[in-house]
Amino acid sequence: MKILVPVKRVVDYNVKVRVKPDQTGVDLANVKMSMNPFCEIAVEEAIRLKEKGAAEEIVVVSIGPAQAQETIRTALAMGADRGIHITTDDAVESLGVAKLLAKVVEEESPELVILGKQAIDGDVNATGQMLAALLGWPQATFASEVEKTDDGYNVTREIDGGLQTIKVSSPAIITTDLRLNEPRYASLPNIMKAKRKPIDAKTPADFGVDIAPRLEALKVAEPAKREAGVKVESVAELVDKLKNEAGVI
Amino acid sequence: MRTTPPARPFDTPERASFRDTVQRFIDTEIAPHANDWDEAGDFPWALHEKAGALGLFGFGIDEAYGGLGFDDALMRFDCGTAMGYAGIGGVNASLFSRGIMTGPIQQLASEDQKREVLTEIVSGKVGGALAMTEPSGGSDLSRLKTKAVRDGDDWLISGEKTFITGGMKASWYVVGARTGGEGFGGVSLFLVPADAPGFTRISIRKKMGWWASDTATLHFDQCRAPASGQLGQEGVCLLAIMDNFNHERFSLSAGCLGMARRCLDDAIAYAQQRETFGKPLIKHQAIRHKIADMSSRIDALDSYLQMIAWRINDARDKGAPMPAAELAKVKVLASKTAEFCANEAMQILGGAGYLRGCAVERIYREVKVMAIGGGSEEIMRDLAVKQMGL
Ligand SMILES: Cc1cc2nc3c(=O)[nH]c(=O)nc-3n(C[C@H](O)[C@H](O)[C@H](O)COP(=O)(O)OP(=O)(O)OC[C@H]3O[C@@H](n4cnc5c(N)ncnc54)[C@H](O)[C@@H]3O)c2cc1C
Ligand SMILES: Cc1cc2nc3c(=O)[nH]c(=O)nc-3n(C[C@H](O)[C@H](O)[C@H](O)COP(=O)(O)OP(=O)(O)OC[C@H]3O[C@@H](n4cnc5c(N)ncnc54)[C@H](O)[C@@H]3O)c2cc1C
Repeated sequence: MKILVPVKRVVDYNVKVRVKPDQTGVDLANVKMSMNPFCEIAVEEAIRLKEKGAAEEIVVVSIGPAQAQETIRTALAMGADRGIHITTDDAVESLGVAKLLAKVVEEESPELVILGKQAIDGDVNATGQMLAALLGWPQATFASEVEKTDDGYNVTREIDGGLQTIKVSSPAIITTDLRLNEPRYASLPNIMKAKRKPIDAKTPADFGVDIAPRLEALKVAEPAKREAGVKVESVAELVDKLKNEAGVI
Repeated sequence: MRTTPPARPFDTPERASFRDTVQRFIDTEIAPHANDWDEAGDFPWALHEKAGALGLFGFGIDEAYGGLGFDDALMRFDCGTAMGYAGIGGVNASLFSRGIMTGPIQQLASEDQKREVLTEIVSGKVGGALAMTEPSGGSDLSRLKTKAVRDGDDWLISGEKTFITGGMKASWYVVGARTGGEGFGGVSLFLVPADAPGFTRISIRKKMGWWASDTATLHFDQCRAPASGQLGQEGVCLLAIMDNFNHERFSLSAGCLGMARRCLDDAIAYAQQRETFGKPLIKHQAIRHKIADMSSRIDALDSYLQMIAWRINDARDKGAPMPAAELAKVKVLASKTAEFCANEAMQILGGAGYLRGCAVERIYREVKVMAIGGGSEEIMRDLAVKQMGL
């Protein structure tokens, strides 16, 4: 069985992002970029399935600028087998990504696509769902546990009310939540081995997909600054403030 | 906040990737525990195994013995700097002191010894220590007093070693002992297991710094080692040790750079949020000048070390000797830079820095060992000038 894992290059989770002065987006100049943490979890899950003998090959695919190759190499160093890099300098929206991935699925015929539930840059949370719709495959989103069965997967999902376990048949789309696993570190020997694993270079045009944006961002702004709080002297004062100032009780 | 170092002249995707991994490993597995481990004077052995699994102990060691099968001074540099930045020198020392004994084993030991000993030390399963320093002195190893005499098929080692990092937990020791006459020429190296008859060790507690590391005094009382325990030939074996010291000096220097940078970053963060005389500390000129001085010294050390790393790699490719003079000079520059930055950062933190529990305070206590261990500042200066042919 083959698993396809899409991975995205995003601003590193440690970076304090700054909005560009002209409010057209986030300042990416000299900012550290890394693999989206949810994608890392997806790569890890694929590797664990392979280690359990439930998969033979893991193909990672990234859509993005030349540097997205580094993100693919990271996945290869963790243990994926080969990569596909669809090069573009344009910002590709979720729908464009899903359409490109649908084409890759057509070519590669994986039986499972595991991807992050969202990317920490836009927090859109749509690509997996859109891909499932385009392919007409079952989807199990926000997975916190994945178990391979004879004809598919038992997936435990994190939902508002708690946990829900669903059965999906193969082929399927699974999107990862934070608690699915703890991704491994790429060891140095594996980093060196990753250098020799193949990465196919493609462009959106190779797949005949139109990635022109459908959405228009009007303005990107910092969230309002939180005002400093006040310290109250006593419970009575707190109750008084809640009653008379905040009017919540 | 960690300052992003500028682009590097000798970077490769593999080095960048390795740097990232090591950073993440330290951020997750070490940094959150730094203060607790320091106060406890210990840390879990599992960390050795995790670091081993990452490949951190494998530089210059053949793949057959669990090593990487290659060496790269720039990767060693990144690892050393990141470990220094974590601000817990005791952990750094305990993990990486094995590096000063695996080198000689790789170079001098028999195939069987390498398979048995190197593999388990490089994987992090067990520890190893280098035992050269004696109560009578560490700077002048040509006068070391520990003796080894032949007894049938065995060697009997007698003497005492002290200040041995990793010495309480090690399973194996590389020990310098005199088998011949005076001077370096009469010294041999021995591979001694911790369970050798006649070997005992006691812990050195109450150190100024490196609290999390186990440091020991070792006693060899007619300690019996098999003939095969001798590594290489009398006298000649010290060449391997010298090569080894060069790597040690380089790693210690990289560690100093990380310590200095941590001091700068923490001092900046503090000065930005602390207010005195109605404005942030960072707005006072006296403080700004401290930041400038720290930063420029850090940049200078960083550049020098990267250049030396390149030269180490280049020398290895050409089969030439390590750049010993530069390594001696940079070791002094490095410990001086760390000392300067720790002092300035402590000053910026004011009373807050004087309290235990913060990285700057730990680093302040740990800079001194960097000026003494692995070749003291005085000895390094002497060596540098000697290497200049003067
Ligand atoms: C925490 C810690 C861990 C250590 N770990 C190890 C280890 O794992 N293995 C190991 O073998 N050793 C270890 N050492 C020992 C270390 O290598 C020695 O402390 C060092 O070599 C200095 O030796 P010494 O302390 O005997 O000082 P000495 O040699 O007695 O020197 C004292 C001072 O005099 C100076 N001095 C000496 N000779 C001269 C000279 N000719 N001209 C000018 N100045 C001179 C020295 O620079 C030093 O400042 C460790 C030490 C410490 C503190
Ligand atoms: C062990 C210990 C015992 C103490 N005992 C007492 C005690 O018994 N009673 C008591 O009242 N206090 C005591 N103190 C507090 C001590 O007096 C203060 O730590 C000291 O006055 C510095 O204040 P601070 O720590 O708040 O640092 P800050 O005032 O925040 O200053 C931080 C750093 O910035 C520098 N700085 C501040 N303003 C400027 C400026 N305008 N330009 C340039 N640099 C500036 C300072 O010199 C310092 O290096 C003690 C402190 C310690 C550590």
